[in-house]
Amino acid sequence: MSDLRDLYQEVILEHSKAPRNFHGLAHANHRADGVNPLCGDQFTVYLHMDGDAIRDISFEGSGCAISKASASMMTQILKGKSRAEAEKLFERFHKLVTGEEPAKGGEDLGKLAVFSGVSEYPARVKCATLAWHTLHAALVGEAEAVLPEDE
Amino acid sequence: MTAAARNLGAGLQAERHAVGFSASELKQIRADFPILRQKVHGKPLVYLDNAATSQKPRAVIDAIVRYYETTNANIHRGVHFLSEHATEEHDAARRTVQKFLNARSASEIVFVRGATEAINLVAQSYGRARVASGDEVLITGMEHHSDIVPWQLLCNEKGAKLRVAPIDDAGELVFDEFASLLGPRTRLVAVTHVSNALGTVNPVRRIIELAHERKVPVLVDGAQAVPHMKVDVQELDCDFYAFSGHKVYGPTGIGVLYGKAELLNAMPPYQGGGDMIASVTFEKSTYNKVPFKFEAGTPDIAGAIGLGAALRYVSDLGLERIGAHEHDLLEYATGAVSGIPGLRIVGSAAEKAGVLSFIFENIHPHDIGTILDQEGIAIRTGHHCSQPVMRRFNIPATARASFAMYNTREEIDELVRGIEKVREVFG
Repeated sequence: MSDLRDLYQEVILEHSKAPRNFHGLAHANHRADGVNPLCGDQFTVYLHMDGDAIRDISFEGSGCAISKASASMMTQILKGKSRAEAEKLFERFHKLVTGEEPAKGGEDLGKLAVFSGVSEYPARVKCATLAWHTLHAALVGEAEAVLPEDE
Repeated sequence: MTAAARNLGAGLQAERHAVGFSASELKQIRADFPILRQKVHGKPLVYLDNAATSQKPRAVIDAIVRYYETTNANIHRGVHFLSEHATEEHDAARRTVQKFLNARSASEIVFVRGATEAINLVAQSYGRARVASGDEVLITGMEHHSDIVPWQLLCNEKGAKLRVAPIDDAGELVFDEFASLLGPRTRLVAVTHVSNALGTVNPVRRIIELAHERKVPVLVDGAQAVPHMKVDVQELDCDFYAFSGHKVYGPTGIGVLYGKAELLNAMPPYQGGGDMIASVTFEKSTYNKVPFKFEAGTPDIAGAIGLGAALRYVSDLGLERIGAHEHDLLEYATGAVSGIPGLRIVGSAAEKAGVLSFIFENIHPHDIGTILDQEGIAIRTGHHCSQPVMRRFNIPATARASFAMYNTREEIDELVRGIEKVREVFG
């Protein structure tokens, strides 16, 4: 049996209660909505892009502790990153939460490594990735994120 | 709720004077359900997700196994022994459903995949023939998506309008509003018997009476009702009644549409194929009589037989007693969780069946569900395919415990302990 504390790490609980960058963005030039139709969780991700660089990023919406903390930490880590770096991080993060990559391989993910416990809870993977899928949609100019069925 | 609606609910209250199960009877019932013996995450399974699907008694599992081991053949076509035998069993299952719903005739029982398909059948067959531009279909604000979207599809196609009678803060239909929305252009009323998200029991008899006064037929979505209460379609005088087998202890993939014979006879086919025809040429086909006109292709024979076994199991125990037991559980659970600080029950109708929907502190229902799961407790979390209901209460989701005949007060105590555990984790 996996320990609940592996999933609900302190950092995650803390971010879910006090999410960072949790507001609209007046100067956003990219935005996308993400909805998880299975549970109704929904987020909007706002980006202020300067060329290929993410100058500012924020989010709004509602969801569970995992999805909200994931969105919060995503916005923290992505501020100042390039489009390519953001997509690369998403790829690594996705592998971490689906268990495709061992937890210790997530070292370069920095704080995001706290989400490694999600891989033990397949029903919660989409919670962790919803904000990232929404980010991806915003980056490629889609208005709405599409969540893959096989995640 | 108006006084008159409450009076109608009194009939149900009277029914609940039936006595539930003794401890030894309950133990016997639980022993009939093999899945209940298992452990989940090292804890005894506490299955409180019965509104999503119920577990299956040994009698149902055995009926399906026996069918495949001894009887399997295609029906209505073979002259051989097995085919005749399979046809007989399939027919017998239909008669079991007829008896269960007290329909006049077995030909009024159409086998479908579930309540969803039953409603789609009525929308696509009855609806497309009878609903025209400017007409209206009237539903309520507590419908499951399966009793919303088929009507939206129909209304979009026909240029008709979907009207929605509102619900109040308790989760009850505002009957006066319903009555005023039932207008000269209303071609059909579709209403749930019991709300899956809130547990509210709708005053369907009164709804049907009023609609019939205005010559409007009524479809009742009974998916959440038939496991909990005796349904008599003649007494209700509903025109259509839909339910799913898997919610009433039967297998998945089988369900029932009851329709009054005169309506079914007048309706065009829903799907074309084998079994639903009388004769076929390339120019023209003539259709089989009801219910076969609506059952194109080889049906779920084993499913129908399994459903028959489930309905016999339920009827032998007695729906009045099942209802009384579940009512006791609901009262006990309502009392138990009401004492938990920060917990709010969503849906407080005077008449409820088997459903306890709640929100807890600011903790998202998914997180509640994951933590309870680690304790072996299965509940449903989310919008319960009733997003408009969630919007009505201005919440994204609820946690929902829903009860069945095999649940116990001890399991509700486990639920309460589990909720305290949620508080511990979220501190």
